[in-house]
Amino acid sequence: MLAKRIIPCLDVTAGRVVKGTNFVDLRDAGDPVEIARRYDEQGADEVTFLDITASSDQRDIILHIIEACARQVFIPLTVGGGVRQVADVRRLLNAGADKVSINTAAVNNPDLVAEAAAKVGSQCIVVAIDAKQVAPGSWHVFTHGGRNDTGLDAIAWARRVESLGAGEILLTSMDRDGTKNGFDLALTRAVADAVGIPVIASGGVGNLDHLADGVTQGRADAVLAASIFHFGEYTVRQAKEHMAARGIEVRL
Amino acid sequence: MGIAVIDYGMGNLRSVHQALAHVAGEQAVTVTSDPAVVAAAERVVFPGQGAMPDCMAELEARGLKSAVLQAARDKPFLGICIGLQMLFGHSEEGDVSGLGVFSGQVRRFPEAAMVAADGSRLKVPHMGWNQVWQKPHALWAGIEDGARFYFVHSYCVQPDDAALETGRCEYGVPFTCAVGRANIFAVQFHPEKSARDGLQLLKNFVSWQP
Repeated sequence: MLAKRIIPCLDVTAGRVVKGTNFVDLRDAGDPVEIARRYDEQGADEVTFLDITASSDQRDIILHIIEACARQVFIPLTVGGGVRQVADVRRLLNAGADKVSINTAAVNNPDLVAEAAAKVGSQCIVVAIDAKQVAPGSWHVFTHGGRNDTGLDAIAWARRVESLGAGEILLTSMDRDGTKNGFDLALTRAVADAVGIPVIASGGVGNLDHLADGVTQGRADAVLAASIFHFGEYTVRQAKEHMAARGIEVRL
Repeated sequence: MGIAVIDYGMGNLRSVHQALAHVAGEQAVTVTSDPAVVAAAERVVFPGQGAMPDCMAELEARGLKSAVLQAARDKPFLGICIGLQMLFGHSEEGDVSGLGVFSGQVRRFPEAAMVAADGSRLKVPHMGWNQVWQKPHALWAGIEDGARFYFVHSYCVQPDDAALETGRCEYGVPFTCAVGRANIFAVQFHPEKSARDGLQLLKNFVSWQP
């Protein structure tokens, strides 16, 4: 059976992982390549880098990180952040990324998703959706870290990006992100049931049951988390063992 | 000499190159679109991603088709993903002919069968880590039966000759995910993205004496 995936996410700025990490035996806890290697050793199914570098003149730094990572880490690597045009997608893929995640630029220019999918294949294109509840059972797509309501219905938008050629959806609940209260399961399930492409649940993981709930109740195909792994609360392997104990198929 | 990774302009071959270089020891790994380099190589890796009709068209346009066919006849040859699919006679994807090294069809996962045990829909593409059930072959050495490899695909091969199958997987339906005959081994999954077991398979390939 196909395994549900666990994906650690690293926020990277100016070449360093931020939000802290707590691996006791890392030489350099801020080095993204070293951290990605560690997650690979723990059995991570993929690794996602989110480039949150603000200034455009430091954009190329992420390319060197991906290049170094691709030489040492032999699991799929997704990179997002600041992707605005097909040339950005190509640059990241050429550096060694396997998938590129597009967020705000997809909202501003949906054709970018279609164009990128046609050029590099749907399997390389992830559309990241940041969603926030606006009424019971209703979520809108937000940009700018949850400050800007685009007015787009999140479920309709998920279907739209699927039809444009997205190969996967990275769905983040802006209500839950950073809360450690667990995924927005109703949102996750609504989107996962609405589309025929894989959905990665994100935002709010505080413990291992949250990860399992994302799969069993949210029907997510993969679960993404950052802080519970970075701060050494749990290893990826512990997360997988917990999911397996709850009857979820995982790669151990 | 060395290992040639055939580049026909369809996507990024860096991962394949890096993973092979990681296990190849002294053997040089070259990504090439030069038929002469393919002909001179000791081993050939035939990767592929994207849509098969585009891959076939690019292969033709770059004059690589006969070099691939020749390599498939006479040297250790590893097909990956679309590189497996293109070895077959015909694909449903774009109703296109393949290289015809093996007779059989490439078909999309049947919509009607894409239902999980809990009643939810199985997503296509089949993306992620799935178990591979082996039939005896030298390239599985050191890899447990049922080990998981990383897949990303919407189409699967259906060989006419069942004896070609060296690996089987299940996603809604059982399907052939590895084939082998003489000097050819080809897989639907991505060994270059399949962590330790993937590297082991590549390591087995770089020293394989079929």
